[in-house]
Amino acid sequence: MTDATNTGSIYEIDARTKKRNAKEARFKLYGLIAIGMGLLFLIALVSTIIVRGVPAFQQAKLTLEVALPAETLDPNGARNPDDLRKVSTFGYSPLVDQALADALAANDIDNPFEDVADLRPILSSSVAAQVRDRVLANPDLIGGTSEFQLLASSRVDGYFKGRVTRDSVARDNNIDAAHFDVVDAMAEAGIISTGFNWDFITGADASESRPEQAGIGVSMVGSLFMMFVVLALSLPIGVAASIYLEEFATQNRFTDIIEVNISNLAAVPSIVFGILGLAVFIQFMHLPQSAPLVGGLVLTLMTLPTIIISTRASLKAVPPSIREAALGIGASKMQTVFHHVLPLAMPGILTGTIIGLAQALGETAPLLLIGMVGFIASNYPDGVAAGFLDPNSAMPAQIYEWAKRADPAYYERAWGGIIVLLIFLMTMNILAVILRRRFERRW
Amino acid sequence: MMKDNVENKVGVDAMNTKFSAKDVQVYYGDNHAIKDVNVEILDKTVTAFIGPSGCGKSTFLRSLNRMNDTIPICRVEGDILLDGEDINAPQVDPVQLRAKVGMVFQKPNPFPKSIYDNIAYGPRIHGLARNKAELDEIVEKSLRRGAIWDEVKDRLDAPGTGLSGGQQQRLCIARAVATEPEVLLMDEPCSALDPIATAQVEELIDELKQNYSVIIVTHSMQQAARVSQKTAFFHLGNLVEYDDTTTIFTNPRDPRTESYITGRIG
Amino acid sequence: MHDPHIAKAFDRDLEAIQALVMKMGGLVEESIRESAKSLKTRDTERAERVRQGDKKIDELEDMINTQCAQLLAMRQPAAGDLRTVLTVMKIAGNLERIGDYAKNIAKRTEVLSHMQPIEGASNAIRRMSKEVEAMLSDALDSYIRRDATVGEDVRQRDLEVDQMYNALFREFLTFMMEDPRNITACMHLHFIAKNIERMGDHVTSIADQVIYLSTGVMPEDQRPKDNQSIYQVEGFEEADE
Repeated sequence: MTDATNTGSIYEIDARTKKRNAKEARFKLYGLIAIGMGLLFLIALVSTIIVRGVPAFQQAKLTLEVALPAETLDPNGARNPDDLRKVSTFGYSPLVDQALADALAANDIDNPFEDVADLRPILSSSVAAQVRDRVLANPDLIGGTSEFQLLASSRVDGYFKGRVTRDSVARDNNIDAAHFDVVDAMAEAGIISTGFNWDFITGADASESRPEQAGIGVSMVGSLFMMFVVLALSLPIGVAASIYLEEFATQNRFTDIIEVNISNLAAVPSIVFGILGLAVFIQFMHLPQSAPLVGGLVLTLMTLPTIIISTRASLKAVPPSIREAALGIGASKMQTVFHHVLPLAMPGILTGTIIGLAQALGETAPLLLIGMVGFIASNYPDGVAAGFLDPNSAMPAQIYEWAKRADPAYYERAWGGIIVLLIFLMTMNILAVILRRRFERRW
Repeated sequence: MMKDNVENKVGVDAMNTKFSAKDVQVYYGDNHAIKDVNVEILDKTVTAFIGPSGCGKSTFLRSLNRMNDTIPICRVEGDILLDGEDINAPQVDPVQLRAKVGMVFQKPNPFPKSIYDNIAYGPRIHGLARNKAELDEIVEKSLRRGAIWDEVKDRLDAPGTGLSGGQQQRLCIARAVATEPEVLLMDEPCSALDPIATAQVEELIDELKQNYSVIIVTHSMQQAARVSQKTAFFHLGNLVEYDDTTTIFTNPRDPRTESYITGRIG
Repeated sequence: MHDPHIAKAFDRDLEAIQALVMKMGGLVEESIRESAKSLKTRDTERAERVRQGDKKIDELEDMINTQCAQLLAMRQPAAGDLRTVLTVMKIAGNLERIGDYAKNIAKRTEVLSHMQPIEGASNAIRRMSKEVEAMLSDALDSYIRRDATVGEDVRQRDLEVDQMYNALFREFLTFMMEDPRNITACMHLHFIAKNIERMGDHVTSIADQVIYLSTGVMPEDQRPKDNQSIYQVEGFEEADE
């Protein structure tokens, strides 16, 4: 039987070949199934994120004409900023309530409530502050009537997005179905409408009870500050360390130990870096808590091994013939490295750095330990100048915070935050790919 | 006066020896790669190192410009004299030595830069040109010596890596001569080239011997026979035989040489 | 030298060429022997066979030259191998010349068979040719064994052949002076003796090749010669002194 295998015509496929081909076809199928499953998970993940997160970028707002009587806002009539400041948000609330009631009356909308203050659940509890801020910034408005875009409350906002229904508010102490009758009528009249929520992207965090006001902008700035610290520290340190280890260090037990430890560091859980940062930077060195500088330092520790490993890999990938060529015509070791090896390794180094930064950007656990979850309710540019040392938050920590909070409106915000974070990460990865493509050389 | 001149002349003749190796030993860790090599390499001569793989010919070549320094476990003992000066003396900087003893490698390895920059790099780092005009001149001269000027003069800005294999190798030779070396070491310079490119490089080597002492390691015995005037046969780390190429290829003294060059097991 | 080549076909080619030379040598030895025998026995048929046999020798030389050229082109032999090929070509040339001389002897034998035999001449020539034949045999033998000492010995023995020729030369002169009718036969016999002496020179040349093959150096000193006939003028044998 065996001696007959190689004597037949090649047009006839023998049993052994058939079996082998079938095996190969099966293996290809397994691969396709694996890739299909991966794609399925990816689609599920992305669609969930989009379905849950996109509503965060929409926000219901009321357009109201608010009368700003001088007698309540500026009894002295001097428009003195200090006097104006004495009127708190409690002074403004009735004005807004009245404006809402007037708007209902003007559009012939039936108001089931006797007290105008009972309409308040429709509006965000932040609206009085919103009006006050604008008046303080522009005292000339006092005495007239101005149009304001005021945030609807998170319940009303959720009602528009389908998150809140009349049934679901049955047990809600804050709002009744009656409010929704009013809201429906207002929507018909055009007083209330939904639009793109820029405040979510640019705004600061808000208190537990006003999710409609919360934005990710400030923590985005916090993350950027940290990334700046990480880049400024880990790139030069990492590249210098890698060049030394790869090109200059002699192979001995000491460098072996260093190498093993760098690999080990890359595998150390991030929370360990967090507790290290807490102990060293905050408790020992007394750097301020919640500051991007500290966060950046901790993330630098975490990113360094990644950068060192990828830099060494790209230095190794530079063919030795290039080093020999340079040494052979009398270049010194350092000239060889800086004139020839490093430029060739640069795309790889940058790619590694960007991927390290992207990792650091998404890191949450160590930030929680060093308190990078500062509650910053005020919008920047306040505090940007001293940004490195002022308390701040970071995007992933902010998302974690929101996800923790009870209000489902915050849950929605958390998903929205994830979308912003992912856009950042994807941008960085695409940048890494472009850099690699752009500068990759064939030699 | 006359006598002085005569003595000088004798001196120059004696200086005809470029490299002089005395009892050279090279170790890779515990491996004794080169054993008791004694050889006098002549100026303005092509010397070929032949021998089976792992015989130490490349190792010995690389110890002539201290390229072995880059290998941490490598150790060289004995004297290697370049024009009477010990290249392994503590005060010698290998970087300076390598400018005098240029090297061309097995695989053409132009820098991934322009043709011009490939040539200009050496003169730049050694400060051989005071201005752009001088540098241009050096580049042209070197490319002419590398017998590649006519092929690349119109595209000096094109990347050196875009040339054909043979052109790349001649570019590398031109790059090596750009630093005005006295000796050119070539480590199997044609092993990656096709026969036509090989012939061009061999022709170039033949021209180079007018100005340089050329030492070439080659696996091709025919190549050694074609280009060299002196041939050294290495075997298992020993320099078995060193003689005129004509003698080595017609009537070698050592049976090991005979076995090797006639293609017998040995 | 007994190590085989890594390329076995190279060994086979080299051996084939050398076998051809040996075959050629055998034929040439036979030609020498047969031509001398035909002279002695005045056997024209035998002489004719020798003349026919030379064609075979010429063919072998062509074959050897062709194969050597191919081997040079294909294998680029070096050192010992190169010397083998070079010496094979030269030896084949020498053998071909010796064959030609044997053929010439056979031709003259046919002419001589119609003439009065010269007393003792054919025996002397037979001895001389035997010596040359033995020298050739030894030379070829030393070639196979790469034995330079035997080669050197063959070179020295050429002296004897030269002396034999000188003796015959004088003898023929005497015969011709005694009786002018002997002149035609003696002239032919003299050419035969001269041919054999030339054969000796070619054998010496083969021995040179053996020495070159085994030592790599051509013997430089003038090989021993005792061919004085060119200096001898009839009736003035003592003139030189």
